[in-house]
Amino acid sequence: MSKFQLNRRKFLTHAGLGASALTLAGCDVLDGLNTKDSAARGVVEKANNLTYRVQRLLGGGHTLAPEYTQADILQSQHPNGVTAPDDEDYKEMAAASFADYKLSVTGLVEKPLELSRENLMAMPAQTQITRHDCVEGWSCIAKWTGPRLSQVLNEAKPKLEASFVVFHCFDTIEKSLSGSFKYYESIDLIDAYHPQTILAYGLNDKPLPIENGAPLRVRVERQLGYKMAKYVHTIELVASFADIEGGKGGYWEDNGYDWYGGI
Amino acid sequence: MSDAATDAKPAQGPLIYRQTRWTRATHWIWAISLFFLMMTGLQIFNAHPKLYFGHQSGFEYENAFLDIGAKQSGNDVVGYTKIFGKEFDTTGYLGVSGPNSLSLNYQAFPAALTIPSNRSLATGRIIHFFFAWILVSTLLVWAIASIVTGHMRRDLVITGADLRNLPQDVKDHARLRFHHTKEYNTLQKLAYASVLFIAFPLMILTGLSMSPNFNASAPWLLDIFGGRQSARTIHFLTMIFLIGFFVIHMLMILAAGPINELRSIITGWYRVDAQTGKDH
Repeated sequence: MSKFQLNRRKFLTHAGLGASALTLAGCDVLDGLNTKDSAARGVVEKANNLTYRVQRLLGGGHTLAPEYTQADILQSQHPNGVTAPDDEDYKEMAAASFADYKLSVTGLVEKPLELSRENLMAMPAQTQITRHDCVEGWSCIAKWTGPRLSQVLNEAKPKLEASFVVFHCFDTIEKSLSGSFKYYESIDLIDAYHPQTILAYGLNDKPLPIENGAPLRVRVERQLGYKMAKYVHTIELVASFADIEGGKGGYWEDNGYDWYGGI
Repeated sequence: MSDAATDAKPAQGPLIYRQTRWTRATHWIWAISLFFLMMTGLQIFNAHPKLYFGHQSGFEYENAFLDIGAKQSGNDVVGYTKIFGKEFDTTGYLGVSGPNSLSLNYQAFPAALTIPSNRSLATGRIIHFFFAWILVSTLLVWAIASIVTGHMRRDLVITGADLRNLPQDVKDHARLRFHHTKEYNTLQKLAYASVLFIAFPLMILTGLSMSPNFNASAPWLLDIFGGRQSARTIHFLTMIFLIGFFVIHMLMILAAGPINELRSIITGWYRVDAQTGKDH
């Protein structure tokens, strides 16, 4: 993955220069770090690439996120971000209790799929009580139910070139002068095939509520909440996400957050 | 340059080479890193200005230890800080702050204490992790080098003699009578050792314990701290401890002779008392 290639000497040089430049120049330069394309930000972001590499080194493929017990579920799952999509197609579908919902699996796959709710619920389901960690700092423990993403992928048979799974969502997260943006997210195939990565349609023994992402959301238990897209309608397998939306692999990533949300 | 004006004891000894270039370099790298880590840390804290004990955050039950925010009170918005449920009005400092009543920021820690000064969790995180790497890597190099060269054992590890001298050292500090010797005194050793051997490792480990990815690699560490939210709280409290250390560190430098102390941490050279030695 070329994006994360890192020349150590170059990194150290940049890190040193960056540190001294930052300290000498004071507050104006610091606020310049907000600008996504500034040189100083490029330097500090290199440290995040290092963070990703070390996490992959330590976490490897299949270490498991801690699981909790029924006694640890002390409250309903705290909703965040979009909690009631205002999109017409979504509202119509929700009014019909998601009876017409279909999950599309497209992109670099041998066999594109259209899965109804019945199809998804007919798959072997997995239930896990896990902790949801928001990038803001809070945590909440809840019970999630749904098929493993790997089962869906095995059916669709990703092509050899496929490196990432992109989740396209119903909800418009931002409407501003710069346009209207639908939520999307992406993970690599290591996390896509991880045994705790599921497509959840159930929360705390009930159907997934709208505020938590009905009818289907993804759970990626070793990453932060923003990686776990809600209101998913399409799963697209791609070789690179550079051409999708802002090119950083997700709505929040396009707004400056790390692509790998492991810390 | 005369130290006589600031020194309690007029009798001056020679200049000695007290701080190696490695000690001086790591000192300043850590000072800069901690400055950025604290201010970006407060930026990150502002994204969810509450601290809890346990695995999760109570939204439908109460397990908050600290809660900073803003609320309506009559026609005004006031800033509040709750510690263990006890509420304080902190308008102007915490919860609500700003240059004047027309331009207020509704955030826990004021803009003057965060990097960047505007609200940006994404930018705060990126800078925080950048300096976290610098702190961790220099601490690792320093620890290995200090063991190899004997610096750790010779200058920082607290010995029996240090402990026997503790009551006398406390008295000396209380009377602001400072002995300028090549060696650190007992309280100095305790202060530096608590930062290097307790606060820094605790900071790094509680920081790692907030990572869901790291939790999967080392769930036992999460258990040691009593859950992710406890780890976050300990991370914050360790920051408060380091600020306390910084304040005392500055006061001691002023009291013991700022020119001599600063010279030694910049150039390495330190003027000792005429009667140095182990006789006190």
